Amino acid sequence: MEKVLFRNRRPDRPATLTEYRQSGGYEGLAKALAHMTPKDVAEAVRASGLRGRGGAGFPAGRKWESIDPARKGPRYILPNTDEMEPGTFKDRILVNADPHLVIEGIILAAYAIGAERGIFFIRPSYEMDAQLLEKELQNAREAGFLGKNILGSDFSFELSVHRSAGRYICGEASAQINAIQGRRPNPRKGVRSTDRGLWDRPTVVNNVETLSCVPDIIRRGPEWFRTLAATPEGDGNKLYCVSGMVASPDCFELPMGAPLREIIFEHAGGMLDGREFKACLPGGTSTAFMPASLLDTPMDFDNMKKAGQRLGTGSIIVFDHKTCLVRATINIINFFVRESCGWCTPCREGLPMIRDLLLRIENGEGKEEHIARLREMTAMMRHAYCAFAPGAAAPVEGLLAHFEDELREHIRQKACPFGLGKPRCGDWEARQFAY
Amino acid sequence: MDETNGKSPVSACAFTPGERSLPPEVEEELKRKVAAAEHPREMAVDVMYALQNHYGYFSDTALTHACDILGMTHVELEELATFYDYIYREPVGKYVIHVCDGVVCYLRHDDAFFRALCETLGVGLGETTADRLFTILPTACIGDCHKAPSMLINGVFYGPVTPEMVPGIIADLRKRAEEDIEVMCR
Ligand SMILES: Cc1cc2nc3c(=O)[nH]c(=O)nc-3n(C[C@H](O)[C@H](O)[C@H](O)COP(=O)(O)O)c2cc1C
Ligand code: SF4
Ligand code: FES
Repeated sequence: MEKVLFRNRRPDRPATLTEYRQSGGYEGLAKALAHMTPKDVAEAVRASGLRGRGGAGFPAGRKWESIDPARKGPRYILPNTDEMEPGTFKDRILVNADPHLVIEGIILAAYAIGAERGIFFIRPSYEMDAQLLEKELQNAREAGFLGKNILGSDFSFELSVHRSAGRYICGEASAQINAIQGRRPNPRKGVRSTDRGLWDRPTVVNNVETLSCVPDIIRRGPEWFRTLAATPEGDGNKLYCVSGMVASPDCFELPMGAPLREIIFEHAGGMLDGREFKACLPGGTSTAFMPASLLDTPMDFDNMKKAGQRLGTGSIIVFDHKTCLVRATINIINFFVRESCGWCTPCREGLPMIRDLLLRIENGEGKEEHIARLREMTAMMRHAYCAFAPGAAAPVEGLLAHFEDELREHIRQKACPFGLGKPRCGDWEARQFAY
Repeated sequence: MDETNGKSPVSACAFTPGERSLPPEVEEELKRKVAAAEHPREMAVDVMYALQNHYGYFSDTALTHACDILGMTHVELEELATFYDYIYREPVGKYVIHVCDGVVCYLRHDDAFFRALCETLGVGLGETTADRLFTILPTACIGDCHKAPSMLINGVFYGPVTPEMVPGIIADLRKRAEEDIEVMCR
């Protein structure tokens, strides 16, 4: 299998500009500027079938083409590098493997949509990435790939780094726009970012993995890209993170649509010694628990949907037979309770209630009616203002769909069957716990 | 402060408000950056970080300066400062230990790691040691899940870590504390 996104990945350091160019880097940009109109670039990306890797799977070409070409004045591209969902670390590895692949992708997207400025949104724990990117942006500028009249064309584009100060919701596209504008990062609804985004100007927000597919689509053509995937529904290659109770957790570049079983048991080395597979979250913590019976599902957007699951970010978290899934779900809901932006009531009030129900069950105070109440509450998350709350509900829905017996066992035994005591230090509620 | 074994407080972060004022050249430099930005407001977080690093945390004094530099109101900045988890409105230690409590790290350490940190430092989660060197903050996933359990200390990843490694890591930082003058409190 041919590696594209990780072709220059090394164990110890990022690829340099020279190394990237030796592997065909910036040829796509040169080709686009010399022989293609912006419209041609967007059309090539649409024809490639490339779908957004940030979680929703929206076709990238279609997003770009929805910008009104007649609109005058500045436009923006925001390469989304926030990546704060537990289990997700692909964008960090990608940026650190081959920073110029990411940068070239962004420049091509900017050319296609006519953007004059791009802003990398970088979370505080990725400060080292921010510094790496600032250095490599300067190298790209000196080589003539950024700035005024790129490669002698009449296209000019600047790209800079915006340091964020944390919070998961900033990864949501419209919240990110508010964050950059120095406003409280609540999501916004009712306006399309491609119409009125950053500073009310047309703005495209794309995940950095999505953008990193673009240079080779332009250089080698959309047809080539279509041949990469393992399934007819798939598009290109995908970065799959695998973490949790596996032997060799890492991020792997594989054809889109690779079966879940193969990713976990071949690439990630299977389970840790003495542990058996029980469940996984296939695409970060805002997807649902998947039981072993679904392990043969191809990991692409459509096949996952057919299996009643979501590909999300393709970040697989593996749970073993010794893990109490109720306790693990409490940890996940804690994350969402803490990270909720608090803007709308279903999410702000509903998630703590879901957590409370799960805590009662885990502590041995659960009643049969709590299971029905959990169903009701998770269904309620649909009414929230943004996709955060339905995402938060997803693992609980998976628990109810596939592991109801485990929940019921807690209620029957009036205790955690895994012998876990009440939540202690390390759980957010217990932060005052005195030592 | 007086528990640093007779030594004077060393860190830029271990600072009590009122002890230090903002040098005019720092203020001028920040104002220049704000003026050069396409929109002043997009500098809000950068200015907050700069002042936080100067004062050791985002103190009331820092907030007042930030409002002045950015031309934003107290309310506008306060709602940002209290929203972000890497802006500290209360004093923190020189080393802020962001310990991941995301689910992958949880799977791999089952709280033992938190306990080891708390026991080594003698403080609870969210608290600062008496010598103002360390603060432990449980933090959402830091994007190092393949090296779980993981933590981030002033911008550096530590992972995978075991409870047994904790005393050594802390002792190391304690030794370096006097040299590390330039510290980002994140
Ligand atoms: C709560 C929440 C958090 C998100 N976090 C991220 C993120 O960290 N990175 C990202 O690329 N997309 C994230 N997204 C998705 C973005 O809103 C957006 O769909 C995406 O960046 C678009 O890029 P794509 O079309 O290339 O996938 C998040 C969405 C939600 C609802
Ligand atoms: S669903 Fe949650 S994160 Fe989204 S707007 Fe409502 S409160 Fe904020
Ligand atoms: S869950 Fe701990 S680093 Fe991601």
